[in-house]
Amino acid sequence: MNANFASPAAYDADRVWRDFPILRREVHGKPLVFLDSAASSQRPASVVAAVDRYETYSHANVHRGVHQLSQEATGLFEHARERVRGFVNAYSTREVIFTRGTTEAINLVAQSYARPRLQRGDEILLTALEHHANIVPWQLVAEQTGALIKVVPMDRRGVVSLDDFAAHLTGRTRIVACAHVSNALGTVLPVREIVKLAHSRGAVVLIDGAQAVPHQRVDLKDINCDFYAFSGHKMYGPTGIGALVGRESLLEAMPPWQGGGDMILTVSFEKTTYNALPFKFEAGTPNISGAIGMAAAIDYIDTLGIENIHAHEQRLLEIATENMQRVPGLTIIGTAPEKASVISFTIDGIHPHDLGTILDAEGVAVRTGHHCAMPVMEFFNVPATARASFACYSRESDVDALVAALGKAREVFG
Amino acid sequence: MDLKDLYREVILDHNKSPRLFGRLDPADSSADGHNPLCGDRLHVSLRLDGDRVADLRFDGKGCAISVASASLMCEAVKGKQRSEIAHLFDEMHAVMTHHDAPIPDDLGKLAALSGVRDFPVRVKCATLCWHTLNAALAKDSASGPIKTE
Repeated sequence: MNANFASPAAYDADRVWRDFPILRREVHGKPLVFLDSAASSQRPASVVAAVDRYETYSHANVHRGVHQLSQEATGLFEHARERVRGFVNAYSTREVIFTRGTTEAINLVAQSYARPRLQRGDEILLTALEHHANIVPWQLVAEQTGALIKVVPMDRRGVVSLDDFAAHLTGRTRIVACAHVSNALGTVLPVREIVKLAHSRGAVVLIDGAQAVPHQRVDLKDINCDFYAFSGHKMYGPTGIGALVGRESLLEAMPPWQGGGDMILTVSFEKTTYNALPFKFEAGTPNISGAIGMAAAIDYIDTLGIENIHAHEQRLLEIATENMQRVPGLTIIGTAPEKASVISFTIDGIHPHDLGTILDAEGVAVRTGHHCAMPVMEFFNVPATARASFACYSRESDVDALVAALGKAREVFG
Repeated sequence: MDLKDLYREVILDHNKSPRLFGRLDPADSSADGHNPLCGDRLHVSLRLDGDRVADLRFDGKGCAISVASASLMCEAVKGKQRSEIAHLFDEMHAVMTHHDAPIPDDLGKLAALSGVRDFPVRVKCATLCWHTLNAALAKDSASGPIKTE
């Protein structure tokens, strides 16, 4: 049974924790303390069961057969699309394209929207805190078209200011691509205002929402961006599934990205006519069980209430920030006033990789490395950081375990 | 797995005070090593006397395992013939990657690194310096940094 809370005050993290069977396991003889949810979150039993139920009873190919199983699979798959639409408040399921994840969604936009439109000298505007997945696809398309990449800087806290954004928007800016929430620093960007600014200069905006959707309400009618990309596995769903939500008029005008089955209406060797949205962008048999799992994850988030999750995580972020700052030599990297529950840090005299190993021996799983954001590491002049990230199932005792394990690291390194 | 097996005294010591740290200038050969997984970067420079490594230095940034391994390696190979170094590398590789490999007596202090075999993701940290040294020794042909990924 899922935990279900009517109000934030009733949020019982222990009950939520019990919905995630994997959290009960031990590593190296210690209870698992999983603080790497920003890399990939765990899945509640309800998501595992939904995928299992589909695989066991209802699997067949979608949009193809007239037989019962194909109809069931199609029904579940299209229901999942509707759940994703509702989750981010998109206008229509025609705007919801299932992808393998955020990375594929961004590549789709880069290749299908940007590549045919960009001219030599046009500008693609990114920010200094982007994940590689929101840098490299644009570099590829810049190489292909002669467009230029411009980067809005950030300050020492990891904040990207609207003034800097405005200053970097020019008459040649065609596309703005930025994170909603930074995976390496936790910074929440003012995406609604960024979209307004960009639109006033005629630029189209893609937002990488991978780190936002598990932590806060995302309302695309309010944000009003042109493309929004996110992944299932960072919001308690399976890997290999994600979504691109795009403005229908833009998607209509874009050529298909990949060719194959499902994305066509008729094929002859002379000419193919493409299917309607969203199928035009879904060539080949899709990740059906992934989509169903993603919908189950949305159901799960809804039973907890995304606002309740947000409030719970913000409380943990506050407690963890305070307690970690007391660890001698610890520096938090990323101190924006508005942050998601992600804490990147370094400790004097202990390389993050050593820290990761020592914490792991204590059962505490954190991410160490460059977090697929090498430019961010360069900016802060560190080769890598350790990163603790919190999710709906994180508990105050997890913070205590982390701080104790950091003490242990100090002990080992003297 | 026991942390004490990985972070032995000699490793912590060489991490804190690396030996033969720096760059030879001029050098007969040098090479860069990079472990993209953790961002470790090493530079090894050396002077040759025939087939003997007369002198060498390393510098760079990395985790305790990679710094200590480079420091211990430099101490161990200084003054040795290419053939002796190749033999040491083979022994080290076996000791660090095979759980049951016996630890040969001639490894000396290098044996302290055998603890990495219980920490598979850390093996690359310990071997980066050796690959970089090999690249420097084979340099006449090679170009570009050596990667462990």
